Order: sequence, then structure tokens, then C-alpha cells
Amino acid sequence: MSDTLNTTDLTNEQLVEAYRRMLLIRRVEENAGRAYQMQKFSGFCHLYIGQEAVAVATSTAMRDDDYMMTAYREHGQAMSRGVSADSVMAELLGRKTGSTGGRGGSMHIFDKERNFLGGWGIVGGQIPLATGVAWAIKYREEPKVIVVFFGEGSLHQGVFHESLNLASLWDLPIVYLCENNKYAMGTEMSRISAVSDLRKKAVSYDMEAAQIDGQDFFAAYNGIKEAIDRARNESRPTFLDVRTYRFRGHSMSDPATYRTKDELTEEQERDPLGFLYNALVELGAATEEELEGYDKECKKEAKAALKKAEDAPFPDDDSVLDYIYVNP
Amino acid sequence: MAEIVTMLALSPTMEEGRLVAWSKEVGDAVEEGEIIAEVETDKANMDMESFFEGTLLKLLVEPGSDVKVGDPIAIIGEEGEDISGLLDGGGQAAEPEEADADEADEATQEPDEADEADEAKEADPAPDRDGDRIFSSPVARKMASEHGIALAAIEGSGPRGRVVKRDVEAAIEAAEQEAAKPSTPKKKAAALEPTSSEPADGGEQVSLSPMRKAIARRMTESWTTAPHFTLTTEIDMGEVMALRKSMNNKLAAAEAGLKLSVNDFILKACALALREVPAMNVAWGGDHVVQYDEVHIGVAVAIDGGLITPVVRHADKLTLGQISSTVRDLAGRARDKRLKPDEYTGSTFSVSNLGMFGVTQFQAVLNPPEAGILAVGAVVQKPVVQDGAIVVGTRMEVTLSCDHRSSDGAVGATLLQAIKRLLENPVLLTV
Amino acid sequence: MPEILFREALNQAMVEEMERDPDVFLMGEEVAEYNGAYKVSKGMLEKFGPKRVVDTPIVEAGFTGLGIGAAMMGLRPIVEMMTFNFAILVLDQMINHAAKMYYMTNGQYSCPMVLRGAGGAPGWLGAQHSQSLEAQYAHIPGLKVMMPSTPHDAKGMLKAAIRDDDPVVFIESELMYGWKGEVPSEEYVIPIGEGDIKRQGTDLTLISWSRMIHTCLEAADALAEQGYNVEVVDPRTLRPLDEELLFASVRKTNRVVLVEEGWPFASVGSGIINRVQRECFDWLDAPIEHVASLDTPMPYAPNLEKQVLPDVERVVAACKRAMYVD
Repeated sequence: MSDTLNTTDLTNEQLVEAYRRMLLIRRVEENAGRAYQMQKFSGFCHLYIGQEAVAVATSTAMRDDDYMMTAYREHGQAMSRGVSADSVMAELLGRKTGSTGGRGGSMHIFDKERNFLGGWGIVGGQIPLATGVAWAIKYREEPKVIVVFFGEGSLHQGVFHESLNLASLWDLPIVYLCENNKYAMGTEMSRISAVSDLRKKAVSYDMEAAQIDGQDFFAAYNGIKEAIDRARNESRPTFLDVRTYRFRGHSMSDPATYRTKDELTEEQERDPLGFLYNALVELGAATEEELEGYDKECKKEAKAALKKAEDAPFPDDDSVLDYIYVNP
Repeated sequence: MAEIVTMLALSPTMEEGRLVAWSKEVGDAVEEGEIIAEVETDKANMDMESFFEGTLLKLLVEPGSDVKVGDPIAIIGEEGEDISGLLDGGGQAAEPEEADADEADEATQEPDEADEADEAKEADPAPDRDGDRIFSSPVARKMASEHGIALAAIEGSGPRGRVVKRDVEAAIEAAEQEAAKPSTPKKKAAALEPTSSEPADGGEQVSLSPMRKAIARRMTESWTTAPHFTLTTEIDMGEVMALRKSMNNKLAAAEAGLKLSVNDFILKACALALREVPAMNVAWGGDHVVQYDEVHIGVAVAIDGGLITPVVRHADKLTLGQISSTVRDLAGRARDKRLKPDEYTGSTFSVSNLGMFGVTQFQAVLNPPEAGILAVGAVVQKPVVQDGAIVVGTRMEVTLSCDHRSSDGAVGATLLQAIKRLLENPVLLTV
Repeated sequence: MPEILFREALNQAMVEEMERDPDVFLMGEEVAEYNGAYKVSKGMLEKFGPKRVVDTPIVEAGFTGLGIGAAMMGLRPIVEMMTFNFAILVLDQMINHAAKMYYMTNGQYSCPMVLRGAGGAPGWLGAQHSQSLEAQYAHIPGLKVMMPSTPHDAKGMLKAAIRDDDPVVFIESELMYGWKGEVPSEEYVIPIGEGDIKRQGTDLTLISWSRMIHTCLEAADALAEQGYNVEVVDPRTLRPLDEELLFASVRKTNRVVLVEEGWPFASVGSGIINRVQRECFDWLDAPIEHVASLDTPMPYAPNLEKQVLPDVERVVAACKRAMYVD
């Protein structure tokens, strides 16, 4: 059994590392939700709980110098690239020590060191930007790739279609990764999309497309890796419909009344963390005790991150006009 | 239907008035247009008319109270009418009668400022408290302040009389020219500086009455913007004195209730002379000169706390008797501060007579925007040379101040000549 | 000094900068094979090849966003809008993305990009193609906005825009592409934010930019014949504004007329007027006059269009009001 379970090219160590990263994301997001409810910060806060396998599978399939860009449910993706829990939590609390120094906030995490390109708040708005990053990669003839994340809610924006056309027309090294969590805020996909098979969106741009189970870490990794390889080796774009599910509301203010309790329970049975936990045990990559130990560590790290963020200073008052222009 | 009487704007700049006295009592019948109260405005004590007819049902303010324009002061209606509704919800019923207030406003505007005031009203519905707000451009204020020139001393040539840069430049130039004169350099400059507010030796500061402020503003404006020149002549008053004595005797005998003063003759002479020399019956208008068709003579009257210049309208067309009774009436009411605005505005020429104080000669400051003012000294007995012999003559010196912007020396001299000729042949004043 | 066309000056600027820096490229509709809708990019495809002179499909938001992403990577795209009427489609990309990048990333990423193309009313083009939309960009912190009024300025300013590390919106008057002017043969750059006095004067300051500078200069000539000496000041960059130049002129002349081709309400002009009245209040001798287009979509018929646009007569009349000589 264990031979066929891991269909990827990843080692047990890599799988354990992926699990630990997913676990950390889960625990940080849980703490973020609590901190929000304790009014340690306010504004918009979109939690990634339930979707962790997508980001971590992607980051595992990427090279360090590849680029990732995403929308505003990005805490998990940032951490998948190695942005620290401290940095994310401090940013949520608007602190000087946050990933963008308290200037960006929950929706705008950036980390240049890790080629993490944000963190953008207008639905679909980042898709042409990512296409431009791919264009720059090609212009400079670099062996790099960009993966851009967006939700299925952005598939009907004009710039999505404009970008897919340009990327295919100009053979750009990009993966358009749609995290399809079934709900655009509160609107179920069948109510807003004329097609249910989202791969059809790519057909008119003569672009490769695939549908992937984002809760199955192995399937997610394999599908995304294939697209990344295509971008790197053939300089051809791919559109991915990655099926996933968020266990929380759209944002902290969303009670998610548009879906049934049964549906949620059913989806939670396919929790990507549970899936990989079982697989790791079955593969003999880790014992249950080890995995529980990792969980304790992650919980501790997440709590410590929140505590550090609370203790960190806000940005300097006199910095409000900094960074408007490079050349003021 | 009972009506609420509200405080009217009895002067163009009035914001509130003091109800001096009620002319009617509760229960009195009131005709439309009848006087119901005396009100002290920022300018004068005025009679306030009722716009309604009926019975005075209630007085809402005590004499001596200050009442804002538009606020209710009384209720007029039918006798026995229930006015409790008006008293309760006074707010709704007591909407200020805006149209009426506006009419009153217009009726009391000074004629020569009416247009400007209209414009100002559009832009700034709240008139300034004491009516002496000066519109000026920012740079004009800055320049005036830097040169120590009072804005009030400058006549504005912009919209709404706004003092603009060129007006200040002209004033600076005028001040510099004045300063360049050897005789009065220091004095002139000093006059432009605000004086120290500290009393010299333990005196007290007396706050300015609105009248004092208006005099200060208008006279400073006149003195600093109108280039004055003066012409003096001596007039043989022998015939006037003889004619006056004879006429007064006859008037007394006829119990006409009329007594002519020397000044009445002078006013009449000035009025007829202005008809002969219309070039002096003018006013400076900034970029034009106003030529008046009518002759209205302002007569300076000293009153408590200052002076006012009531106007004898159409003085050229009035008989000496009419002039005499008009002046008597105006001067009397001026002293009681009961002149209406149109009785002290709109003169085309002024006369100031200090003869009764024994002053023999002085120079008067122009009453803007008029081109001339005649300063009249006392009639005195003095030795004069007549037919080669020294005899006792009856003489009076008059000094005409002219605005050199609108008139010249020869024109002023011609007017003076005409006045002299008329007074030396006073029969001409009686026909 | 050689006289060249406005479009040639822009072409020289792009060519020189692309020769100087391999990270600079030009992208837009019809810029390559067609040589540019207004022939601004004439000959550039031949010189630099299709990698650096790139024809795009008609997807303004898409390729502008692409330019922003490329700039985020440190390239220096020149993104051409055929006209700024079409750039209304790119406002999300410019305002939400380009303008915010440096600030929101706490200085980690910047956007050295130029968005340039034709603006203003060229005549006989009706409502959708006759707009002066600089206010849409000048309003936004994070963007820079430049609008040249002569071939000389156009060349020096565009070179500065291309070299700048921030997103620059560069709007060229469509009517002026064929106008001639002297341009030095030697290299020069006109820094962003540096205005220019187009005519010295003492009695009044006319503030304007782009094509309206020429309307102002004509008005100044007409007023000179009547004895008034009017100064014409061209800020050239609308954001950041050369305030000191404007303020110094106003403090000298005490009177201001602002002339712009855009609409009067919430315009760049009203913004400048606000700054001038605040900073120069004590130097003003008259309310600042504002001459702008009539507050209406542009009509097609020439007699109506003429009414809408500011012209010499309206400028002269405004100057006279400000000088109290009307």
C-alpha cells in the first residue's frame, strides 16, 4: 500500500516538512481568528483554513527563486513560501515588525526576499500583474516561473481573460492557479458561471488546463508540478482548477449561512491535514506521536507569534509619508 | 387672523434694535402704516410702522430690550381673538417676514450706495454689525498694512467697492507726495499711523459710538483720498443783514411764525450758484464723475457726540422761508437723533457754518463723494476801504474746499464768485 | 537648433532611452508594425525588433497590468495608450496596483513604468474621444503626471519619465503631434516636477499646461497690445507640482488665471487654485479666475465644440476680470 500511496517524487522527509508547514498555517490562522475576535486587530481578515494543501503543494513544487503572487486570502500562501509566522502575525496586527511594516495589512503581505509578490485586494487585479512578471522572466530569459493564485470568483473579470490570451499568445512561463473553494464570498459557483467545467475557460486561449483535487496533497502536488514544469521547460502557460474548500467564512464577518452544516461536515472529513496525517502514518514517514509533537510545536509557535506581535511597536508616526515615491 | 409683528431692519446694516418705547398700548386700534414703536438702530432712533391692521393684542418685549431683526415683538389681531396658538408655537407663525424686511432694507439704503449694497447683500446676506466692513483684496490689505495706511481711508474701485491693489498704490503715492511737501511731512505720516491706545495721563478710553466711527472713517477717507484745495473770499454782507432785518420784522408783524437766519440766505445763494456753475454740482465716482441734475444742500449740524449733515432737497427751488423751516425741522430732529436715513443722505454739496462760534475762517473736509463744501465764518464788523475812505463794513469770509479729482481751481473760483455776487445782491435770493 | 515635430521629439526620447537601457521597452496597440496610431513610434520596430517594440491586442487593462508586473520586476515599460479615453479602462491597474505598489509593500517593490499617449480634444471626434482626463491621475498619490506643451519639453520630460523609478502618466496633446518646435541636438533631460515660465510678465500669472499653454501665449500677446504684461507659467509636471515656481510668480503679479482643457469641477486646475489661494492668499488682488471646458460631454458639431473649449477670447476676458479692467 505504502508504495502506491505516494504518487509524487517527494521523499518522506519532504512530505513531513510539507505537513509541518500546513500545520503551522492552520495554527497561525486559528490564532489570527481568535486575535480578531479579541479585537486585537480589525478590518478584513480572510482565513485560509481548509485550503492549506494547495499553497503548500505549490510551494513544494516551486523552486526558491520562482515567484508566487496571490490575492487577499494570502497568509497561508505567504507562510508556504517561508514567510515566518511572526512576520505574518505582526502584519495582521499592523506592527512595524510585520512583513510590510504595518503598511500593508492582512490583505497585503509581500516578501521580496522570498519572491512572494503579494497580497492584492482587487478581485482579479493581480492576474495581469503576474502575467507581466512572466513577461519579464521571458524578457530576461530566466529559467523561472510564476504561479498566480486567484479564486473562482475572479474568473469572470475581464483582466483574467485578457491575461490568459496574452500569456498564451506570447508563450509566457506562468501557472494560473484557481483556488476553487466553491464560493465567491457567499455565491455558489453554479450561480455565477455559465460553465461548470472551468477548464473550458482556457480552451478559447488554446491553453493547457487541468482540474485538480486540492485536498489530496499528492494529487495537488502532481498537477501543479506538471504545470510548473510546462512553464519552465516549454514556456507555456497552464490554467488549473484546484478544488478546495474553506472551513471558515469568507471573512471574519461572514457566518457562512449560504452553505449547510452537513456540507461543511462532509468537507471537513476531507481535511487536507487529516489526509496527509493519515498518509504519513501509513507511509511510515512519521509516527502519530511525532505528528502530535509537531502540532504542539506549531501551536506554540503560533501563540508566540501573536504574543510577539502584540508586544511589537506600531510603525513610527512620522513614517506615514514614507514610500509614496522612490524619487519624491 | 392675528399677526405677529417682528423687529424690522430699520437701517441697511441693522442686526438688532433697541425697542425704546411703545407708541401704542394693548387694546389700541392700529392702522396699517401707523407708528407702533420707537426703535433705536445702529444709526438713529426710528419709528416703526405696523404692517398690519387691527387691535394690538399683546406686547412681547419690554421697552429697553434689544431685539434681533425678525424676532417677534407684538401681536396684532381682532379684539378678543385667541392668540394662545401663536404664543405657544410662536416659532412657526413667527416666521420672519423676509419680503417685508427686505423692502424696509431697501427703502433705508443710502441712495449712492444702493447698488453696491445690493451686490454685497447677494454675496453676504449677513450685513456687518456696524456697517463699516471694508471689502478689500488680500494683497491690498497686506500693502496697506505694510505702508501704515488705513483701508478705511481708501476708496475701493473693485466690485462692491473692494479696495484693490491699484487703489492702495494710488494711496501710497498720494501719501508719498504729501510726505514730500516740506511743511507737513511728519504730521501727515503720523495721521496715518494708528495712535497709541494708552491714555496720556490717566485718562480713560472712551469706546467709539457708531457715529464717531462713521465720522472717523468717512473723514479719513475724504482727507486721504480726495486731493483738497481751498479758495477763500470775503463777502460784503451788509445788504443781506439789512434785508434779513427788514424781512424778519415784517414776518414777525405778520405773525408768520418764521424767522430767517443768515445761514438760510447762504444756503439759498449756494443753491442758485450751483445752478449757475453745474461743474461744481458733481461727485467723484472712481473712474467717472457724477453730474447731478438736482441741487441738494447738506447742512452740517453739530449734535451730541458728533455731527450729521441733514439735506435740504431741491434747495434751489425753495424760497428762503421754506429753506428756513426745513433746516429748523431737520436740525431739531437731528439733535434728537430722529432723522430718517434719506434725510441725511444724498446731498450734492455741503455747507458748514461755524460763524455762531465766532470763527471767522476755517477749512472744511469734503463730504465724499461731493466736489465741494463751503466753510462759512462769522459775519463781522470791520474797517474796510470804500471809495478811498476807511469805513465800517459788514463782512464774512467763506472758504470753499474742492475735490481736485472732479474740479479745478477756476471752476471753484467761479462758484465762489457766484455765491459772492448773489449774497451781495440778496434781492436775487428772494425772487 | 533644429525644428522638429512634437511626435518626433517623443520618438527621439524613446529611441535614446531604449538605446541607453535594455530594460526599456515599448508596448501598446499599433506601436510596432503600424508605426504607432499617431506615428510616434515610427521606425522603432525596425530599430529594436519585436521583443522591445510590442504590438498588443486591444486589451488596455491587460497589457497595462502586464506592464506594471514587468515594472515590478525592474523592467522599464513604456505602455502606450492610443488615447487616454481608452485609459479609463486601466484605472484599476494604475490606481489600485501601480500607484500603491511602493507604499503597500513598504518599499520592497516599485513600479518604474510610463503610461503615455494622446489626450485632449482633437476636434470632430465627439464625446468619447475628446477628453482631458489628467485629473484622474493627478488625484492619486503614488502616480506622477506630466503634460508637455512643446517638442522641447516633450523630449526632455519623456526621458526623465522613462528614467524615473515611479509610475509616470505622460499625456500628450493629440492636436500637437504635428506641431513644430526647436529641440537641441545634444542630450538633455527635464526633471520631473520642474515647471517653466513660458513668458515673463508682471501684471498677471496665467497657469496652464499642454496645448492650452499656446492659447495662453496668444492671449498674452493680445493683452500685451492693450498694455498688459502677462506671465505664462507651465508647471509641465502636474504631480508633483512645481509649487514654488507658481507661488513666486503669483506673489509677483498678484493675479491669477488658471486655464485648462479639462472640466472645471474637481479638476487639476481647481486643485492648483486651492494650493495657490492657500499659500498666496495675502498676495492676491482678485479672486483666481478659472477657465476650463464647459461642463458638458463634447459635442460633435464644430460650432458647439468651439463653445466648449477654452479659447483666447475667454482667457483674455478672464485676465481682464482679474485685473479689474473689464
